[in-house]
Amino acid sequence: MTKVLVIGATSAIAEHCARIWAARGDALYLVARNGERLQTIAADLKVRGSAQVNTYCVDLNDIDSHAALLDAADAAMGGIDTVLIAHGTLSNQKACEQSVDETLTEIKTNALSAISLLTLIANRFEAKRAGTIAVISSVAGDRGRASNYVYGSSKAMVTAFTSGLQQRLHKSNVSVVTIKPGFVDTPMTAEHKKGLLWAKPAAVAAKIVKAIDTKKSEVYAPAFWWAVMAVIKAIPSKIFKNVNL
Amino acid sequence: MNTTTTISGWGSYPKQEAQVLTPPSCTALQSQAQTQPSLIVRGMGRSYGDSANASVVVQTTYCDHFIAFDASTGLLTAEAGIMLRDILQVIVAKGWFLPVTPGTSYVTLGGAIASDVHGKNHHVAGTFGQHVVSITMQLGTSEVVTTSPIQLPDLFHATCGGMGLTGVILSATIQLIPIQSAFITQKTIKADCIEAACEAFEANSTSTYSVAWIDCLAKGKELGRSVLMVGEHAESGGMNLTIKDPIAIPIHTPAALLNSMTMKAFNTAYCAKAKDNKIQTVPLMPYFYPLDAIGGWNKLYGKAGFVQYQFVLPKTDGVTNMRTILTQIAESGQGSFLAVLKQFGAANDNLLSFPIEGYTLALDFKMTPSTIPLLHKLDDMVADMGGRGYLAKDAVMREVSFKMTYPNWKQFESVRQKYGAIGKFASAQSKRLGLA
Repeated sequence: MTKVLVIGATSAIAEHCARIWAARGDALYLVARNGERLQTIAADLKVRGSAQVNTYCVDLNDIDSHAALLDAADAAMGGIDTVLIAHGTLSNQKACEQSVDETLTEIKTNALSAISLLTLIANRFEAKRAGTIAVISSVAGDRGRASNYVYGSSKAMVTAFTSGLQQRLHKSNVSVVTIKPGFVDTPMTAEHKKGLLWAKPAAVAAKIVKAIDTKKSEVYAPAFWWAVMAVIKAIPSKIFKNVNL
Repeated sequence: MNTTTTISGWGSYPKQEAQVLTPPSCTALQSQAQTQPSLIVRGMGRSYGDSANASVVVQTTYCDHFIAFDASTGLLTAEAGIMLRDILQVIVAKGWFLPVTPGTSYVTLGGAIASDVHGKNHHVAGTFGQHVVSITMQLGTSEVVTTSPIQLPDLFHATCGGMGLTGVILSATIQLIPIQSAFITQKTIKADCIEAACEAFEANSTSTYSVAWIDCLAKGKELGRSVLMVGEHAESGGMNLTIKDPIAIPIHTPAALLNSMTMKAFNTAYCAKAKDNKIQTVPLMPYFYPLDAIGGWNKLYGKAGFVQYQFVLPKTDGVTNMRTILTQIAESGQGSFLAVLKQFGAANDNLLSFPIEGYTLALDFKMTPSTIPLLHKLDDMVADMGGRGYLAKDAVMREVSFKMTYPNWKQFESVRQKYGAIGKFASAQSKRLGLA
């Protein structure tokens, strides 16, 4: 039985990961803002086979609360083996362009709160020389684009940070998995027109759980996004400026 | 945002431009249902025709949570959007099975109730609704109520089989059945004509599951030549349920492919595998859901789509009447090569539930200009024989046929009136059938 801490547990991708772990009989500690939805998900995961499900309701932008939530998870499960950091918001790019506050709030939610959690978790896992940390970044972090660079730059920070952690923690037997989903059909993207590039959360979740199982360093979900982003990253800036992406 | 999408049922006919709302939770489903002046709830979109088509549809995609499961009693409560497939994944390992299941596991709990689906055990177990202990639903007045055979029974019997027209099913509790194995012991029986097939159903009426594949190409003496498959839950073999991901059919293909596939399937079953009285043990998934192995098999009919026509004929004169209809279908040269034949047990108290005691046949018709007149003609013949068509598959039935063959429609409308459903819950189908 693995003891898994899921941060941002009401996100569709995180929920589908939790369903896989529940079916395996793992213990789950779910953290999210919406208490009512947490209760619904907790009851569901119990029926699906989870050995133990606890919930913790918090706004992760309250950075000072992070240490307490980790202590609570540790106490409830008697240790933490795996952490999935999955919380975030899809920033409204246009609104951010008009507002410094909005931009900084988005960066706080999608980058700084994750960085805070990662810092605390990394030290704990490093000390006990065990554990797996998986973080949901995004293909959007591979290159800033006009249509969502506030979200993208937040994710770029997460990606760079986890890349550094990977190196630092490798010698301590702690694995760090950076997950870069492409377009996923979830409530977060409900307003977007769906096409061929879109994946279902269950499929992305299966990929994430497998990456955690096999301690991969980085995974694009679905895999073809690696090629898409390789092309996007290779476009010279001179040309990129004129591309509408 | 009010962007629209083209939607259709599983038959890809008819299509409709719709605003598709996908609330992220059951709470959001309730508030969106409250806000919309008129809507229909949609689960997996597996009804064949237009029963989940409307200009505003509300999807239950994210209302797919288990609420409770008692492995000692087999009572299961879940949100309406959960798929039967997901339920199976949890319950089989614990020694339970669905009391009634349709031919695909890709339907939601809410959809199974709204269509009051039946399975291969109808003759002994009745419909899905007969195993529903209670339903929690939101009415047109936005009030949330719990209904059961004893609590608001009029609402319950209108909702089971009510095609989503009485309110929004939020969650339901069902009574599962105990099993000792994840396998079925299947016996195959060959029947040389429709009369022999019906006799075989009669002779095997105590079998838990029974269904026949019928060759629609056979004519004359051989008309109705079929393979009857009867089954019982096995008592050994373990509880390990293997659920495989389907092979994807990504694009619409020429319809001929499906015909050659179904032909092959039948030939395999009839000529090669179907040794008379052959007994074999098969896993639950391929036994109950053979077509689930091919994701998007509906696309094999091409872009124009198809209609699945399923009707039931009363038992009295049922065999003779079935021969008449099969002859008509064979003469039209339009039906699929393969059809599914089944004996139904007694009807239930649900107002728009499809089954009545007798024989039911289901087959596909590729959508062409001559399909609709043919189906209307078949509707008339079936109605004259005292039978009727299945609303979960219907895409073309006329108001007059509906009102003649579903005489409880008036009572259904008065229940809808009483619970504030009139006008609030409507589909393309309900409008076509003349429901308010």
